[in-house]
Amino acid sequence: MESPSSLPASDLTLAAGEPGRAPEAAPARVNLPDRAWAVLLTALGLGVLLVAAVIVGELWRIGAPAISHTGLKDFVTRSTWDPTRDIFGAAPYIYGTLVTSAVALVIALPISIGLALFLTEMAPPSVRSVVTFPIALLAGIPSVVYGLWGLFVLVPVLRNRAEPFLQRTLGFLPLFQGAPIGLGYLAAGVILAIMILPTITSISIEVLQTVPGSLREAALALGATRWEAIRLAVVPYARAGIVGATMLGLGRALGETMAVTMLIGNSPTIRASLFAPGYSLPAVIANEFAEATGALHTGALAALGLLLFAVTVLLNVVARLLVRLSRRGPARVRA
Amino acid sequence: MKKTILIAGLALAISGAASADKLLINGAGATFPFPLYSKWFSEYNKSFPDVRINYQSIGSGGGIKQITERTVDFGASDAPLTDEQMAKAEGIQHIPTVMGAVVVVWNLPGVDELRIAPETLAGIYLGKITKWNDPALQKDNASLKLPATAITVAHRSDGSGTTNIFTDFLSKVSPEWKAGPGKGTSVNWPAGLGGKGNEGVTGVVKQTEGAIGYVELAYADQNKLPTATLRNHDGQWVKASMESVSAAAAGTAMPDDYRVSITDQPGPKTYPIAAFTYLLVYRDQQDVAKGDALLKFIWWAEHDGQKDAAALDYAPLPGSVVHKVEQTLKRMTVNGKPVLASSK
Amino acid sequence: MMRSVRGRRAVNRAMTALCGLALLIALVPLASLLWLVVSRGLAGLSFDFFTALPAPVGEQGGGVGNAIAGTLYIVGIACLIGVPLGVGAGVYLAERGESRLGDAIRFTAEVLSGVPSIVVGIVAYGLVVLPMRSFSAIAGGVALSVLMVPTLARSTEELVRLVPQSLREASLALGVSQWRTSLKVVLRTALGGIVTAILLAVARAAGETAPLLFTSLNNQYWNWRAGEPTASLTVQIFNYAVAPYKDWHDKAWSAALVLLLLIGTLSLAGRLLSRNRFR
Repeated sequence: MESPSSLPASDLTLAAGEPGRAPEAAPARVNLPDRAWAVLLTALGLGVLLVAAVIVGELWRIGAPAISHTGLKDFVTRSTWDPTRDIFGAAPYIYGTLVTSAVALVIALPISIGLALFLTEMAPPSVRSVVTFPIALLAGIPSVVYGLWGLFVLVPVLRNRAEPFLQRTLGFLPLFQGAPIGLGYLAAGVILAIMILPTITSISIEVLQTVPGSLREAALALGATRWEAIRLAVVPYARAGIVGATMLGLGRALGETMAVTMLIGNSPTIRASLFAPGYSLPAVIANEFAEATGALHTGALAALGLLLFAVTVLLNVVARLLVRLSRRGPARVRA
Repeated sequence: MKKTILIAGLALAISGAASADKLLINGAGATFPFPLYSKWFSEYNKSFPDVRINYQSIGSGGGIKQITERTVDFGASDAPLTDEQMAKAEGIQHIPTVMGAVVVVWNLPGVDELRIAPETLAGIYLGKITKWNDPALQKDNASLKLPATAITVAHRSDGSGTTNIFTDFLSKVSPEWKAGPGKGTSVNWPAGLGGKGNEGVTGVVKQTEGAIGYVELAYADQNKLPTATLRNHDGQWVKASMESVSAAAAGTAMPDDYRVSITDQPGPKTYPIAAFTYLLVYRDQQDVAKGDALLKFIWWAEHDGQKDAAALDYAPLPGSVVHKVEQTLKRMTVNGKPVLASSK
Repeated sequence: MMRSVRGRRAVNRAMTALCGLALLIALVPLASLLWLVVSRGLAGLSFDFFTALPAPVGEQGGGVGNAIAGTLYIVGIACLIGVPLGVGAGVYLAERGESRLGDAIRFTAEVLSGVPSIVVGIVAYGLVVLPMRSFSAIAGGVALSVLMVPTLARSTEELVRLVPQSLREASLALGVSQWRTSLKVVLRTALGGIVTAILLAVARAAGETAPLLFTSLNNQYWNWRAGEPTASLTVQIFNYAVAPYKDWHDKAWSAALVLLLLIGTLSLAGRLLSRNRFR
């Protein structure tokens, strides 16, 4: 935004519509309120930078001693977490976070994309406007309420029906072995799937809506069925954006705390079976931070937080880039 | 519209001013005594409406940390502070308030009584005994037909005084446990699910068939969970009760700093996993109003409060301990001045 | 590969059916959750539930009055910090943000939107709770405000950019100073959208639990002092849910119903506002 007094004379002349007429001389005194306003806005903008710097700085300040005490490689690969003996191996938490997020993606991705395709390509527009409301509702439900529902509805269903069923049918896989207790990686993964579904769906819908109609129509004109048009013309165009949507969903899954803490079983172990209890990075921070005595324990938890932050930030940035790229043109990024 | 805002604002200000007269004392810590403390604070507030004590049961570990950081006015813990922790919280005083029992609870439909030997208990928690019909369990429960259900072990996910008491006992009866996970408010559990607080572990056991867990007696009773009969130091099979817990304190001399362990004590009727629980307060209270009110509350808890203990299955403190605590309280100061010196 | 037309049409129908199935599957958990929150929570709603303090362990009755008030109080404090910062940054980005600095700020807002809420909680503990030597509503408000800022900044920037340039130029041409133009013309035009964005951010903040665990902690009493621990609906639901007592579970459902009603009202108000004031 430039004030009239700072525009070059020629622009002003054109704007005034009368060529050749010189503009009035700019006022000599400094416009204090405008200056103050500019300063205020800049300060608020810088405030955002300050907040981010403070968060990263604080996490680093507390967390770095813990990492240097253990060594980064050991911190990330060792699986013993014993604060009383100053041993910090974060592998079980990293494993648990990855496993539950993977389960969540495996479940949510086909449903989200199917749903997005259904709403944009297959259903009449009235359905889309009706269904966006429940999807938005899903997105707005607090994590702790999901945890509540998970504890009293999902866990019994898993323990009494789903897990025994999986054990009977697919029990030869180590993934589905062991006693079904309901709580564990599978429960946390399913609740995460439900939680990230709205994210992936709504962004995918956004992305799909930017696909030019001409592409679709061209495919249909050539005799493709609607599904073939989708598969051959629409999806390749939107592919990068859909990958971006997935990454944003993944980012949300990684950082989820309450629902996961309530359902994952809080066991700092690494087990192959999805029925087994586990732990995740946000869950261990939530459970142990209030009582972490000693700079090393607190630092180790802060280091976990920093690790989580770094990964989610990376995912977010790459994801938004992909979504933006997808909006501008056909997918050039090999996702 | 403007009038509504004005009235609302005034109401807020008035309520703020009104609550300004009431004292708010914040405490946090152990879940072990929470059912009793919850009753105490409520009773005390009825007698002294100007004193509100806000207690959050976040676990003994949390209590120790927050009182060390002085973010709360008092802490609570069943695990006495280690020397290292004492060094960080200079001037902290342990005050025993009541005694309780850590009981073993389980979830097996149809099985209402269970005898568990100490080494069997260690074996279960070490992950060595994995089924309910294991010979070790069956041996002590010959009259029962135990099912082949898998044992799901439940432990604490947070730093816990209850864990400290339980692992203290396991370390005394099982060399393998002592060498392995050992004793502490937080240990490296070989197996099982973590629950947050005594509340969380009770919840896990209640909802998971085949589960076994360790909780404070009050939680077992309030949730109608049967408690295991354990073999004590003298070889007798004992269940937790007010009497068997009191017996555990009978033979031990209370040290001056009150840090003591009363697990696995001798005596025919002694319950093997009994413990004192403590309030953690600084010897010199800096806030005049809060310090005064807090010390008066503790005096009340040590005397009148003890009457509420039995109904909730806690054992009141032995008279000798109360006497000792009285002397300690009389020496504590608010801004340098002792306030309870003349109390009886 | 030449497949028969019938085969291709069959595939088409099958995929359409599958995608329709996706819709049904997606709605099942939502339906179940809403049904349960209402059916299990409704019974517990009473005047007492909305206005009374929680009862001690083992006693019946009590309510979440202080938790409702606490949530509103903490979120209110968060707004005091987050709204000026977020909206202000958004206006900055829209009006003066075409520069290196603006890009950096935009990028940072994006980065901040990915912070896990538990991480914000631990930073707020170190920066507010420890120095203040107390858990407090302020600490909770600070933590929540950090979560509000990125979305507010982004929404505000978009909304302010949507204001037609001609409006700005007309105002300036009439001799109105820059700051007045920004405030009274541009922002006033975008106000409806900004209010919507704020209401949605508030709805989100009201549903957060993790950042409050070590900042505002919890409180069994009413509290209007910003420097003391304060109750909140979300933390209370968590405590009730993981407890072993059946009546606490019932209270958890009822409190969840209250929370959903609060969030739903805020979101609905926001969306209705934006529909009415779209220009």
